[in-house]
Amino acid sequence: MNATTPTGPAGGPPLPPGSGPHGPGRPPSHPGPAGTGSGATRVLGVAALAGVALLALYGLVVSPPDVEMGDSVRLMYVHVPAASYLYLGCVVTTVASALWLRRRTPGWDALAEAGAEVGLLFAVITLVTGSLWGRPTWGTYWTWDARLTSTAVLTALLVGYLALRRLDLDPDARSARAAVLGLLLLPNVVIVNRSVEWWRSLHQRSTLVRLDPTIGGDMLVALMVGFVAIGLIFAWLLVHRFRLAWLEQQADRLDLDAALAARRAEATAARAAPPAPGPSSPAPVASPPVPEVPSR
Amino acid sequence: MWRDATLVAGRDLRVEARSRVTAHQVVPFALLVLVLFAFALDPDRGILERATPGLYWMTVLFSALAALARSAALEEADGVRDAVRLSALEPAGVFAGKALAVAVELVALEVVLGAAVVVLYGAEPAGIGLLAATAAAATVAVASAGTLYAALVSGLRARETLLPLLLLPVLAPVLIGATRAFESALADDPVAGWPWCGLLAAFAFVYSVAGALAYGTLLEGT
Repeated sequence: MNATTPTGPAGGPPLPPGSGPHGPGRPPSHPGPAGTGSGATRVLGVAALAGVALLALYGLVVSPPDVEMGDSVRLMYVHVPAASYLYLGCVVTTVASALWLRRRTPGWDALAEAGAEVGLLFAVITLVTGSLWGRPTWGTYWTWDARLTSTAVLTALLVGYLALRRLDLDPDARSARAAVLGLLLLPNVVIVNRSVEWWRSLHQRSTLVRLDPTIGGDMLVALMVGFVAIGLIFAWLLVHRFRLAWLEQQADRLDLDAALAARRAEATAARAAPPAPGPSSPAPVASPPVPEVPSR
Repeated sequence: MWRDATLVAGRDLRVEARSRVTAHQVVPFALLVLVLFAFALDPDRGILERATPGLYWMTVLFSALAALARSAALEEADGVRDAVRLSALEPAGVFAGKALAVAVELVALEVVLGAAVVVLYGAEPAGIGLLAATAAAATVAVASAGTLYAALVSGLRARETLLPLLLLPVLAPVLIGATRAFESALADDPVAGWPWCGLLAAFAFVYSVAGALAYGTLLEGT
């Protein structure tokens, strides 16, 4: 997940992601890392991969099929953790938005964006795995269960938040608006969940077959492995997405600085040069070297 | 703050009284939606009667989007936004005033729609107290949340499409609560409806406070 993989000197093999800040391929005028990886995230990534392998082993091989749900219970080892980390993503966004409103530093803005985007990914995973599980268990992909409905509304809230972030707007104004919207995210989630729960309870008991809290043995272990593995993936994605957002902000600022410098040089050149330049006029000044703008 | 609020609300309502955009466009639109619902749901089979509370509030929500867009457009024309920022009006007061003006327009709309539902869908009004309290709480809820979210998207080129996407999921609890409360009122079972009315009041309170606190941040960054 590197924004730009730095290449070694003389067209050598690409450097490992972690060496970005110190790699020789880094242009000297661009401060900050050129990639989103680092030594710590590589360890995290390897741990996440190992966790997934362990989850596959426990979820698909070691744990027995459920008495009622059969093999479809295996989806729960992904579904339940994904749903939990979806809410964690919302918490990250709301807390980061609150801290942005307090401190006004760009890092919190980047973290809020990262939390919402990773949260949306987990929301989609939750809905897809839930539907696939519901088809054999309930006989239908979708039912107006309280949790399904509130997760769908939560997905819409996250999509709206990210849509606002995508808009072409002055960076500070966008941060302010996104922070207000992000701050409202968690209260909205709570209100929607409560009211939907209440709404459905008038009509029918919750039809969700809850995982028995006293499930034991290999199934509980598989679920715990799922929580750890999906949590590692969540952390890995969050770190990388945060760094990507951070780099985007830096790039925006560099673009702006470069454009300002170019215009300023143009203006200086226009003032220095007479309207009808003679042969002795300083021609090179008229075409200032425009710094290459990194394309994104 | 309240003086600022009445000033801003008075201005918005005066503009409305002179331009009649809500009266001449939003209210006919809402009535049209009611007629279209009758086309979609066969009026002879009783579906319409059973679904009346839900259809009523769906219509109110859609019409509220139009009224909110109009309310936000007033701020954008002729540099009003900058003038308001320079005028030293309290942001909380500006928010309250704009929400109040939208609420007044929505109440008028709800009265017309209520009469239309009685005439077109054959609804029998019952439990007037609960109906009025629910409508009041839901109106404040829609107006406050809507004014806040309209300010979030104001000045953007994509605001017409973005406002429904942001606002409608947030207003889902209002739709649920208002529909349930109306259902129980029309079924002469007000005891079941009052808790929903309480939910609406809590929602309205939360969004009024949030809007009053956040409006200054949204005004400054444009």
